[in-house]
Amino acid sequence: MNRREALKSVVLMMGGTMVGANVILTGCTPEYRIEGLDFTEKDLAFMDEIGEAIIPTTDTPGAKATGIGMFMAMMVKETYDKEQQETFIAGLNSLHADFKSDTGNEFMKVSVEERTAYLNKLNQKAKAEFSEGDKVPSYVNMFKDLTILGYFTSEIGATQALRYIETPGKYDPCLEYKKGDRAWAL
Amino acid sequence: MPAAEATGNLTLRPWSIVTKIVYDKDSQKATGVEILDAETNETIVYDSKIVFLCASSLNSSAILMRSATEIWPEGLGSSSGELGHNVMDHHFRLGANGTMEGYEDKYYFGRRPGGFYVPRYRNLGDEKRDYVRGFGYQGGASRSGWSRTVAELDFGAPLKAELTEPGPWSLGMTAFGEILPYHENTAKLSKTEKDKWGMYVLVMDAEIKENEKKMRVDMMNDAAEMLEAAGVKNVTTYDNGYTFGQGIHEMGTARMGRDPKSSVLNGNNQVWDAKNVFVTDGASMTSTAAQNPSLTYMAMTARAAAFAVDELKKGNL
Repeated sequence: MNRREALKSVVLMMGGTMVGANVILTGCTPEYRIEGLDFTEKDLAFMDEIGEAIIPTTDTPGAKATGIGMFMAMMVKETYDKEQQETFIAGLNSLHADFKSDTGNEFMKVSVEERTAYLNKLNQKAKAEFSEGDKVPSYVNMFKDLTILGYFTSEIGATQALRYIETPGKYDPCLEYKKGDRAWAL
Repeated sequence: MPAAEATGNLTLRPWSIVTKIVYDKDSQKATGVEILDAETNETIVYDSKIVFLCASSLNSSAILMRSATEIWPEGLGSSSGELGHNVMDHHFRLGANGTMEGYEDKYYFGRRPGGFYVPRYRNLGDEKRDYVRGFGYQGGASRSGWSRTVAELDFGAPLKAELTEPGPWSLGMTAFGEILPYHENTAKLSKTEKDKWGMYVLVMDAEIKENEKKMRVDMMNDAAEMLEAAGVKNVTTYDNGYTFGQGIHEMGTARMGRDPKSSVLNGNNQVWDAKNVFVTDGASMTSTAAQNPSLTYMAMTARAAAFAVDELKKGNL
């Protein structure tokens, strides 16, 4: 099964609620996108580290090893509409600026743990704002969704973090499961 | 197909657009089939003692509509006034799902070929809902994957660890319901628009009506009730709406019946006006019930083919 098909079936499972879902499912480009949107090497490196802070290296590689920055860039360019693209870009800029003003350090110069802690704080804040009424998906949610989607459909994610068996052949409806057994990738 | 091939009598001709059934007024029978070769643009007529139309519901009727038009302007089988009428489908895209607590020590291996099926139970016996006929459910259960929302988890190692394991069990069921035959639901040839081969295209004019809409209330709510009774938690219902044709179980437009004044085919799937033409796909269905229909088409085809051979041997066709 190729990645495109895996993406489609995931989007359906998520009830098509993921940002960009419409585009993935129908293959129709959003009506209104930013013209000539592109990300620099610096942007991609930044996005790689954002992904790594969300899904870090543990006993298996994290999101950075899967090229998560390029995945995010592709998704934002191809499946987000103009408003969503603007939210994402503004988010990248806020994260960069706010991290500096809140901690006095550069995001790209601190440890993964520090970045993760900061993103968690942002995430708590975004959740509180969301439940208080501002029902617009925040940029933190976009980072999270894109990282999870990109990671678990990548070769590393699917074969190392999960168990990948393309053609299982037999069907066993009642398998013993113990905590720690990894889920099937497909 | 392998069985047919093994007889040595099978010729499969691709790229052949059937333009019409060739009909002889005096014998009141089809003499063969005319095709347009899509690659060479050649017109070729194949003679035949028997014609089986299984071009897929709407296309079978479209072929009938293009045939014998010098005798019946609306086509072969139109004398009943029912050709192209009573187009049906199954309406669906609603149901319920929820989570099942427990069974955390169970998983599965491989891909299940089917789910569970709940056959129709409404309006049977003395029961009378505010609609007639009924529906069935298809359902399944699975453990959620990494795309599940885990909003309460922090980013980082905890999130990764959680998503590499399967999540809680969920159970869902989705309903398929009968659409009644309505004369005014039609699929007819356009009088103006043609396709690239110069043939008039089909125009659909169909919608679900009060009976189906009332049925959908039960289709959705019954599912939730069943899941709750089974101990499923966090049960939610959904109705994603239905557009005519989405069920891809289109049926009708050349229905079987007992009277040539109200049907296109008799009880042997023969066109009343041309006894050697048989229609055995979805076009022949008079009502749809709620089950997936293709196996029924196959059974009817086998039955009609046996009948046709028998009639040929008796000299009736």
